[in-house]
Amino acid sequence: MDSSNGQPDKPLITAGIDAFFLGVYNTWTFVARFFRELCRLPFERREFVRQCYQVGYKSLALISLTGFITGLVFTKQSRPSLSEFGATSWLPSLVAIAIIRALAPLVTALICAGKVGSSIGAELGSMKVTEQIDAMEVSAINPFKYLVVTRVLATTVCLPILMAYTALVGLMGSYLDVHLNEQLSITTFFLKAFNDITFLDFAASTFKAMAYGFTIGIVSCYQGYHATQGTQGVGKAANTSVVISMFLIFIEEVIIVQVVNSLR
Amino acid sequence: MKQRNPDIDMNEVVISIRDLYKSFGPNHVLRGVDLDVHKGENVVVLGRSGTGKSVLIKIIVGLLYPDSGTVSVLGQDVSHLNSAELRELRMQVGFSFQSSALYDSMTVGENLAFPLRRNNKKISNDQVRRMVDIVLDAVGLSQAVNQMPAELSGGQKKRIGIARTLILKPQIMLYDEPTAGLDPITSTEINNLINEVQRRFNTSSIIITHDLTCAKETGDSIAVMQEGKFVAKGAFDEVFRTENDLIQSFYQYNFIQ
Repeated sequence: MDSSNGQPDKPLITAGIDAFFLGVYNTWTFVARFFRELCRLPFERREFVRQCYQVGYKSLALISLTGFITGLVFTKQSRPSLSEFGATSWLPSLVAIAIIRALAPLVTALICAGKVGSSIGAELGSMKVTEQIDAMEVSAINPFKYLVVTRVLATTVCLPILMAYTALVGLMGSYLDVHLNEQLSITTFFLKAFNDITFLDFAASTFKAMAYGFTIGIVSCYQGYHATQGTQGVGKAANTSVVISMFLIFIEEVIIVQVVNSLR
Repeated sequence: MKQRNPDIDMNEVVISIRDLYKSFGPNHVLRGVDLDVHKGENVVVLGRSGTGKSVLIKIIVGLLYPDSGTVSVLGQDVSHLNSAELRELRMQVGFSFQSSALYDSMTVGENLAFPLRRNNKKISNDQVRRMVDIVLDAVGLSQAVNQMPAELSGGQKKRIGIARTLILKPQIMLYDEPTAGLDPITSTEINNLINEVQRRFNTSSIIITHDLTCAKETGDSIAVMQEGKFVAKGAFDEVFRTENDLIQSFYQYNFIQ
């Protein structure tokens, strides 16, 4: 029965701390629901493929440009230091280690957090405030499975593929600079580049990219799915998706690097 | 004024609400609501904005949960259903949103086909196309099948929203402010459509509105909500003979309009 006396509920600690813990709890239940729904049939294959197209294919142009310039500029910046020691022949190996271990996963994740994260946050936020998510619910459709599971899965699957592509394009950028300065053939460049790369480097980068993809997907979907306050809420959902995703990506980077280094 | 539907079965209650309370923080929205909707009956819930009318129908369809009280729909207590049972029930209950809530990335045809395909995996493309044609014809918008929601007028969006709920052949329709923001001519068309849906699909309905014309043209009975509870219920004439201030000001305002 209606028992409250019309006064606002008093916070347990302070309003801010209460809101923080409530946010943590809500995020946890959202993640738990993702895994629960992921294990339930039917699998939304068509929507998943559509999302992979949106996340993967539609990011290719931006990823290509960023990856290529990253490889090229990193090579150009590293050359003066290495030539001081007469070690420019180490450039392919140095660039490959930097790109495959750190730059490719990180650059891909940051680009996708900006492009894909904001797009998912805004799309779901807009669907939420215009009652399209409620409309799915009352039409006996599971909106979480259709909208959230497919998007999170698409970002988790596509990020490692995009990361591999970024690494390749980045190495091509590096090769261009090395070729123009040292007249190295492409075969020699790639042989030297992969000389010091181990299976652990590939595995760790792939795992990192998957973790970043999952983070971008789940954060953006959560922000969009819980958007309020009309169009202002949609903008806020898009913006918060990017900010929180990037913040978490950097924290994950630090943790994963520590773990992987302890395995070397 | 609407003639009372002769097919109403007063022995069969399809929606039964008892002692319903709902608050959002300090804001007590529903304060002991009781309502019965009989089979084949259109019940209009009339009241000022912010009195909890939309909250009431969102509870009926399980989008919100009550703080206390019971809501029984087609004999099932909504607050005690698991997600599979709730999904089954929702297929029997159509919900027309105030904003129409059409999926703006899909064409009109895809909007209509979407709930049908999702809830019936074995349905063929031909059957889907036939069903889409039937409901589009029922709302008088057969030509709009390939249009995007952004290309439709407010009234057309409302019609498509209603068509999307009809495609699952519901027994109950819930209309949230069906004429809000529409001109008087389009409003009349929507009111006629609500009556046509009742006749053709034999539905029972709750129509949430603050539009007295809509209430008069679509309601077999009217329930007036004030401060989270009903202050009058009955046929239109009966209700508007009562001395309640809100009801009289509603009547006078609409008369002046």
